[in-house]
Order: sequence, then structure tokens, then C-alpha cells
Amino acid sequence: MKSFAPTAIVIAVLAAVPLVVQSNATLNFLVVTLMIALAGQGWNILGGYGGQYSFGHAAFFGTGAYVTAILQMRYGVNAWPGFAIGIAAGAALGAVIGALTFRSGLRGSYFALVTLAFAEVLRIVASVAPITGAGVGTLMKLELGARTFQFQSRAAFYWAILALVAVSLVIAELIERSRFGTWLVAVRENEDAASALGVDARKVKTAAMTISGAITAAAGCFYAQYFLFIDSGIAYGTWISVEALLTAIIGGVGTVFGPLAGAIVVKSLGEATRLLIGDAPGLDLIIYGAVLVLVIWIMPRGLIGGFVDVRKFFGRKSVRQVRHG
Amino acid sequence: MADALLAVDRVSCWFGGLKAVDGASLTAPSGRITALIGPNGAGKTTLFSIISGFVRAREGAIRYAEQNITGKPPHELARLGIARTFQIVQPFAGLSVRENILVGAHLHHRARDSALAVADRVGRDLGLIDLLDRPADTLTVAARKRLELARALATEPKLLLLDEVLAGLNPSEIRDIVPVIRDLCRRGITILMIEHVMQAVMSLAEHVFVLAEGRVIAEGAPAQIARDPKVVEAYLGHGAAAKWGASHA
Repeated sequence: MKSFAPTAIVIAVLAAVPLVVQSNATLNFLVVTLMIALAGQGWNILGGYGGQYSFGHAAFFGTGAYVTAILQMRYGVNAWPGFAIGIAAGAALGAVIGALTFRSGLRGSYFALVTLAFAEVLRIVASVAPITGAGVGTLMKLELGARTFQFQSRAAFYWAILALVAVSLVIAELIERSRFGTWLVAVRENEDAASALGVDARKVKTAAMTISGAITAAAGCFYAQYFLFIDSGIAYGTWISVEALLTAIIGGVGTVFGPLAGAIVVKSLGEATRLLIGDAPGLDLIIYGAVLVLVIWIMPRGLIGGFVDVRKFFGRKSVRQVRHG
Repeated sequence: MADALLAVDRVSCWFGGLKAVDGASLTAPSGRITALIGPNGAGKTTLFSIISGFVRAREGAIRYAEQNITGKPPHELARLGIARTFQIVQPFAGLSVRENILVGAHLHHRARDSALAVADRVGRDLGLIDLLDRPADTLTVAARKRLELARALATEPKLLLLDEVLAGLNPSEIRDIVPVIRDLCRRGITILMIEHVMQAVMSLAEHVFVLAEGRVIAEGAPAQIARDPKVVEAYLGHGAAAKWGASHA
């Protein structure tokens, strides 16, 4: 049986980073990277393990962000329960969208389009509804303190988001080795064959979307706490849908560490191209895009998938040598 | 038949204007091997899909273990003990052989360890023990057929619907797998099989139903069926039985 050791080691190493790195800019970059990794892990549960490629995970990210922000600003709810309710709202939204889309039997690109539509509808509603602050957005009150989930130091925020990422990694590991995870992957591989073996595909997919929604909503809640400002374009914008799926796909769909690895690579790449060729507007994006295409071309199963392939290749080779020896 | 585990009663199904199954009735007695044969396009696979819940019958009823199961979805039927294999094998291509079987084993074993134990046992029974760690998409046709069978068996079925598990195998592979199927029956699993390989039908099945153009045109013991003029005509065309009889007189 696989152990949690790799997860523990990765988290321990990442937890030590603020002890070495003091620069606020670097820590800020890492906080955002981990936040994207968390959103990507949410996408990965549904898209990676379940094979349901959502193009609208902004729906969950935004719902988490708005619910947390509105509860605190308009209803005086404390940040911590606000955070929890934000996550629960993401889960509930996942269950509802899942029940609706999977009941109608939407698969593949139709599923992707419908999730995009849900996110866009929410974005438009948020941009006009009074409760979200409409076009102005929601600005949260600055009130530093652990009680309000607003930390003076970047390191504290870093550890907070790292803790959330750690939980998401453990969730992915638990799913991987559970009956639910086995069934989810079976549905991804072949839905008819899975249902012939007793898998209630619709139920399994809806459950995956619920968990997925909760995790991505947690990233949204964190965004609101960290930046203290959201508007409809940030919360429900396509950017986060793209970042969530990109990190998971680049990192390796259906792997525990895929989204984390993907987020680190994608974010570093974006930062590096921006720094290197910051003067020519748009050029950094072109190079960024070209490198992404290259990565997907060379490693279609993502960084973690590519790593596994390489290890298998060498593993086989050594077995062969032993046999011949 | 009183002890029929499965009873299909005058089931019909049509797609647009095409009547694929037309008032077909059959029974599969408990603990026996029953075969369903018929020329291509007779509606055998459609009838299987109806029994296993993938296609809805427009008319008629299906009873299994004293309950009406008409219109139940596949996953509920699997839970009740009905497993099927697909004519065109449907492995979970990205998974290993063990993981493929594990999906079925999890149906009645929630815990990972006991499900893995079941998967390994079923894999061994079907001669897949050396292939358990291989990706399913690297298997030969014969091994894929065995995997299809293994996955279904891992759900611990009472009724097993086999849709041409012998198709595409060479004679020696067929000789290897026939005893495996006979052994399943000996262990108390009721089997209903669609099969074109008549040599296997003759040696395995106790009772045969013949489907042609969606209707059951004959039933009986295999040897008796093979002599039935209606069956010969369904396969070879009108008047063939008379000619065949004359030349073999």
C-alpha cells in the first residue's frame, strides 16, 4: 500500500521556504502559485480522475470568493465560518450543476460548454446584482489579525494556503486509493463498461463535481481574504477557469501532484517570460503560449505523467539487464 | 420453467421503423448454460442490451430471481447479480489488468484490501496472473476476452450474459476457454451466452434458443436444433433445408 510519505515530504519542504525566502515579492508569487494549485486540484478531481473537462471552474472560485466576502461585509459573519460556508457553497453549486448536466447526459465538449455557460451567467449576474456590489465590486475591510484571517506577514498567508493545498493533496490521495476513486476513473475510461460493473456513473460524477467545487471554492475564499477585493471579472472571470485546467493538464491529469507541479511551472514560466521580455507588449504571452504547446506536445500526459513514463522506461531496462545477467 | 433465474417475456424493441426484437421470449434455468444463437442481425445483442438494462424494451417484461426488472438501469442490475460482457471488448484502456478487475470487485467489497484479494483470485482463475500489472491496452485479443470475463466475474454475479466471448479466438484459444466457462457453471453461475462458434455451443449449452429477425424461431437441445429445418433455413435461406436434407439423405 502506498504511503502518504511523498505528500508529507513535499509539504515539509514547501513549509520551510519562508524560513529561507524573505522577499515579499517572492512570497507573494508563491502564495498566488499555491492558490492556483489549489484551484487546479479542484479541477483535477473532476477533470483528471473523472474525465469531465470543465471550462467553468470560475463558477466555484467566484462563489467561494463572493460568499466569504459578502458574509463578512454585509452580515458581519466572522472570517473563519465565512470561509467554511464559502467552501460549502462551492460544494453545493457543484452538486447542483453536476446533477443538472449529468442528468441530461452531457459529455465531452458539451459538458465543457455548459460549465462555461454557468460561469458566464454567474459573472453577468454578479456584475449587476446589488449584493455583490455590481460593477464596483466588493471591497473588504482591512482588519489585521488571526481572528479575521488577515495576516500581517506574507509568510502566515503562505502557510495558510499551503495547509489548504496539503489538505487537497491528501483528499486526492484518499480518492485514489478508495472505491469511489476506482469507480471515478472507470467512468472516465469507459462509462458503459463501468455501469455494467455496477457503477452508478451519474452519482459518481456528481459526487466528484461536489468535491471539485468545494476545493476550487476554497481557493476563491482564500483569494478574497488575501486581496480583500473582488469584482465579477476577477471572481467569475475566464482567467481562473483557464488557470485551473491548465495547471492540471500541464502538471498531469489524474495525478495527486499534477496541479501543484503544473502551477509551479506555469506560474514560473509566466513570470520568467514577463521579466525577460517585459518591454515588447504581448511577446511574453506568445512565448508563454509556445512553451505550453511544446510541453503538451512532448509530454501529453503532463509533467508527472512524463516523469512516470521515464521511470518506467528505466525500470524496464534494469529488469531486462537483470534477466540477461 | 419454475426454476428459471431469468425469464424474458414477449419483449419487443424497435429503432425507428426497424423492429430489432419482436416479441421474443426465453428463459435461463438456474445453474445451467443456455445459448442464444441466430444469424447476423437477428437482434441477439439488442436482446442482451435489454436484459442488462442498456436499452429499454418497448413491450414485454423481464423477470429475474422472482422480481420484475424491466427498465432498471445497468448498475442496479449488476448489484442484483447480473453481469454482462461486451461483444466488442471494452477494457479500461488506461488501467492495468488488476485495476480493471478491481472495478468489478469493488461492487461488493468496499474495502480496498478485500477487493484487491478478489481481483487477484479472479485473475488467477482466468489465467491472467502473469498479466495483472500490464496495461489493458497491450493485451492480445484472447487476453482481452479473458479480462472482459474476469471483470464481470469479479462482481460475483448469479447470472452471466456472455456476448460472443469466443469470437475472434483461434481454435486452440477456444479449446482453452471452453473449460473455463464450464467451470463457472459448475460453481453455480447461470450462464446465457450468445455464440457463433457452434462447436462450443454444442459442447457447452444444454438448451438453445434461436433468434431470427427478432423472433425466437426454435428452441431445444443443441443436437435437435441443428437438425431443425427452420433453423437451417434461417441461416442458409429459404429452401435450403430441403436441399440439405436431400444431399445428406
